[in-house]
Amino acid sequence: MENAEKKSLKITACKIRMGIIEGVFNAKSGHPGGSLSAADIYTYLYFKEMNIDPKNPKDENRDRFVLSKGHTCPGLYSALAQRGYFSPEELKSLRHIGAMLQGHPDMKGTPGVDMSSGSLGQGISAACGIALAGKLDKKDYRVYCLLGDGEIEEGQVWEASMFAGHHHLDNLCLIVDSNGLQIDGPVEEVGGVEPIDKKFEAFGFDVQKINGHDFDEIEAAFNHAKTVKGKPSVIIAKTIKGKDVSFMENQVGWHGAAPNAEQYEVAMADLNKILSGLEAE
Amino acid sequence: MAEVVKYATRESFGMALTELAEQYPEVVVLDADLAAATKTGMFKKKYPDRFIDCGIAECNMVGIAAGLATCGKIPFAASFAMFSAGRAFEQVRNSVAYPKLNVKIVGSHAGISVGEDGATHQCNEDIALMRSIPGMVVLNPADHYEMKAAVKAAIEHYGPVYIRLGRLAVESVNNNDDYKFEIGKGITLRDGKDVTIVATGLLVGESLKAAKALAEQGIDARVIDIHTIKPLDRELIVKAAKETGLIVTAEEHNVIGGLGEAVSSVLCEECPTRVVKIGVNDEFGHSGPAVKLLEQFGLCASHIEEVVKTALKK
Repeated sequence: MENAEKKSLKITACKIRMGIIEGVFNAKSGHPGGSLSAADIYTYLYFKEMNIDPKNPKDENRDRFVLSKGHTCPGLYSALAQRGYFSPEELKSLRHIGAMLQGHPDMKGTPGVDMSSGSLGQGISAACGIALAGKLDKKDYRVYCLLGDGEIEEGQVWEASMFAGHHHLDNLCLIVDSNGLQIDGPVEEVGGVEPIDKKFEAFGFDVQKINGHDFDEIEAAFNHAKTVKGKPSVIIAKTIKGKDVSFMENQVGWHGAAPNAEQYEVAMADLNKILSGLEAE
Repeated sequence: MAEVVKYATRESFGMALTELAEQYPEVVVLDADLAAATKTGMFKKKYPDRFIDCGIAECNMVGIAAGLATCGKIPFAASFAMFSAGRAFEQVRNSVAYPKLNVKIVGSHAGISVGEDGATHQCNEDIALMRSIPGMVVLNPADHYEMKAAVKAAIEHYGPVYIRLGRLAVESVNNNDDYKFEIGKGITLRDGKDVTIVATGLLVGESLKAAKALAEQGIDARVIDIHTIKPLDRELIVKAAKETGLIVTAEEHNVIGGLGEAVSSVLCEECPTRVVKIGVNDEFGHSGPAVKLLEQFGLCASHIEEVVKTALKK
């Protein structure tokens, strides 16, 4: 990837992270940790990978994105706002009564949200259904679905994975945001999901493992996934929960908690520092 | 007058899907390894490219249906009621009903008339589960003609619909040429002034038989066929309560959460009337031949007749 492009993506990712903090702070609740860990993936999907048009969010030939780990919608909303689906001002009303931005994605009210989700394990099935519709209708759109590494403890994930493998859904690309933490603690202590790669391989997937914060690796993985024929793809992205907010990084307590005013200032200062550093490059 | 025929409503469902497939190209059918039993196999045979066997994974099947619906398909997702409405309840709620997707959930082998398979497969709770979901239409047709009309109506209704199918063959009761199926509109199959039997599904035919027997004893029973449990035909029920007083409900479902409670709720609010509920009395079923089980649980004409007579004496 060209340096200029990488810089631009990094700046966007930083702004998306700011939007996450803005939203969760104003909501006084929500899930910053897993939103921040996936921010680089959201950035790459919405600013490079997907064939989408914010002016025509229902275009039947568009690529689709299903946020199976729906609680990290502050990240999705912030990406959609940055991409122009709605004003970034909306982020401040996250989770408020009467707001467009619900606590978990609601496709009925939010432009750019392709599927309602939030009950873990369900988004991936819908993504398989969308991919299957693409096959039935001979359309060439692709379907992306982001899962948490805690989420894959849900049995439905494996029902859906078996379906995707069996039906050769090569227009489906899963991303597992492997930040290693879930509410009750480290994923390995709570659910024992490893080896994630071997599990997906056994279900008939093309499997890649990458650093989910490195845009070169992210790009290479999505590019490879597009070349895979006859089977679905999964990208297992190793990430840092709470990425780029100093006091949130790798802290399980920030899975589902909002910063107070003081913490908000520290978080924004951390991100502003990163942003000015990038802009000065 | 249409010919009196005897089919299980699952058969009629399979026929209707197959017959309507050409007219409605958006319809696709999903099953979870029970196509031979739910009768979606009839559709599969004629339209293999529009049939998706999801394997024994009902929760995933409902999610697949939801995804297909976001792309303009009209998916029918079928399994036994125990699994499509029971096991996959939360998927129906969150992946289908909350986003208001155009998915039809089909629950076959509902009630105790599953027979020999026993309690694990006899779902007497599906109506309660499905009617508690906001925006869900709940259909429980009584016979061949009604089921065929209901399938068409479900296709034409945009949004989530639950359709309950029976395993046991039943004689058709809606044989009139002017029969018209409209979601949310009950059908008065027999007029009467002494009591109204409000029935659904398999028990509609039994209620008519009971009404005939009662007539011979000088009791004039009205019989209403409620094919749509939600939205319920409040007007028809209130009118019956005003005109006949006593209401007896009859359903092959737990008396908790089903037709009886839905009817009671309407009457409590609009026209307080005595309601006597016939159904499965908050217990599990067990193995046995379907017809014998129905008799044992009191879901038959003779028991309905007795209940009406006893209730009228009080």
